[in-house]
Amino acid sequence: MSDPILQLSGVHTHIGEYHILQGVDLIVPRGGLSVLLGRNGAGKTTTLRTIMGLWKASAGTVRFDGREIAALPTPDIAQGGIAYVPESMAVFSDLTVRENLYLAARSGALDQQRVEWIFGFFPALKKFWHYPAGNLSGGQKQMVAIARAIVEPRKLLLIDEPTKGLAPAIIQSLIAAFRELKETQTTILLVEQNFNFVKNLGDTVSVMDDGRIVHAGSMRELVEDEALQQRLLGLSLASHQ
Amino acid sequence: MTTNAPPAAALKVLPPQASADALPAAPRDLAPLLLVPALILLMLPLVGSFPTWVTLTIAGLAMGMMIFIMASGLTLVFGLMDVLNFGHGAFVAVGAYAATMVLIPMRGWLEVDSLLVNLGVLGLAIALAMLSTALLGWAFERIIIAPVYGQHLKQILITMGGMIVAEQLINVVWGAEQIALPLPASLRGAILIGDAAVEKYRLVAVVIGLLVFAGMFLVLNRTKIGLLIRAGVENREMVEAMGYRIRRLFVAVFAAGSALAGLGGVLWGLYKETLSAAMGGDIMVMIFIVIIIGGLGSVGGCFIGALLMALVANYAGFLAPKFALVSNIVLMIAILLWRPAGMYSKSR
Repeated sequence: MSDPILQLSGVHTHIGEYHILQGVDLIVPRGGLSVLLGRNGAGKTTTLRTIMGLWKASAGTVRFDGREIAALPTPDIAQGGIAYVPESMAVFSDLTVRENLYLAARSGALDQQRVEWIFGFFPALKKFWHYPAGNLSGGQKQMVAIARAIVEPRKLLLIDEPTKGLAPAIIQSLIAAFRELKETQTTILLVEQNFNFVKNLGDTVSVMDDGRIVHAGSMRELVEDEALQQRLLGLSLASHQ
Repeated sequence: MTTNAPPAAALKVLPPQASADALPAAPRDLAPLLLVPALILLMLPLVGSFPTWVTLTIAGLAMGMMIFIMASGLTLVFGLMDVLNFGHGAFVAVGAYAATMVLIPMRGWLEVDSLLVNLGVLGLAIALAMLSTALLGWAFERIIIAPVYGQHLKQILITMGGMIVAEQLINVVWGAEQIALPLPASLRGAILIGDAAVEKYRLVAVVIGLLVFAGMFLVLNRTKIGLLIRAGVENREMVEAMGYRIRRLFVAVFAAGSALAGLGGVLWGLYKETLSAAMGGDIMVMIFIVIIIGGLGSVGGCFIGALLMALVANYAGFLAPKFALVSNIVLMIAILLWRPAGMYSKSR
């Protein structure tokens, strides 16, 4: 595989006394949507937080766009072109939807054309534009969190379990949004447990268990190969079929 | 290069621009806002005399504004940086003492019966006090606070230690004796509003307090720095993940909060007309009560809390002097029974 946008090699991360990532090797090709699957506690969120520098890798390398970033502070990593949507969404509830997006626009102003593009797949944001984000529903907050990550072009989006706890109708709008995003040149690394959500979206897939990548390949290969699914079912996917 | 541009097809089907009137205005929590006018109106029949009520009310508002100015920096520092700074009172005292470096040498100018000249000298003293305390705050954050981020117990111990050191340094630099700080000539005495006598200086304090509150409100709500501070109060990690260096913001907010304490110190010193090195420590109890009942991290809550506390103290001092001794504590208990995390807390 040539010129991946993100490559983790032998990454270990400790949180206190716990050894969470135990040698993660992960390659995210440039462009398209890569999926990181795994059961609860497999280390998916820790992987994203390690990439963002929110938890520091105790060993290994994280190369993003040809640059080693494992030792960089989080703001530098973000300024390098990575946007992060945490599992908690972390919208600023005291700020309006507009203010949330305005802060995410580091260049200083909102690009109205891009905002209109976001309204195209998240129309609720237009409706609640001047509403405090804390007053929105869970699904609408997720839209704010994703919109914040894409309000300006970024090279890589890290999105952590966006469908968690959301109604099916909201999930459909997220699918539409990700299809739109795939049309851009942004690379997406999507962490999920919901295999049905990602099986028609992902281009590549990696499966984690016990702090390691236990499978990596194309999504089509995993979807079409029932034996492979069976081999991974016990690890990660059984509850999502 | 058009990297990551949205596809043209998507742009064609976009809805028209968002309109502000898509929905009714978002609901706002007005109950705490109503407390101050409700208290003021409720006290009119109890006080009985309209002129006395006006005098007490203006005195309470002036005192509240000064406490707000001193406390606002601390509530921001706690909200944004999660730092319990028990040494905040040091900035109050240092601000007041720094102002004497202008006010005492220029004493003659303060005796000139010209409001403009008096305010000019006062403005110079305030500028020096704010600059001094901003620099002190910057050094305090770098040397004393930075090593103990995230460790509340150590923060309490080391900042209390910092305040003791600051008090002793004041004694070394300015001497251990109390310093008299007379009001400028044109701010002495009272003016009559109807039959009510209102001290001129208290009106000045009210105006300065309102200006500071309006300035903070505008900065926090109308500027990107302000939005970052509010966002940082809520979730520092996410602000960093969006590419902002919140450490720099921390230092700037700490210095600004210290400068505000310095301004409050000048106003408080002129209000008391004497300075002592312990004045910062003496007022810390009131400052902590205000930021707790306001809701830690909330400037609006701090403003309302300061006004409530000062008004209650003034009315109680007139109506039931013995009760005035415990009015602050009773007010805090009542507010926390109503809203355990303060009037405008992050958790609400």
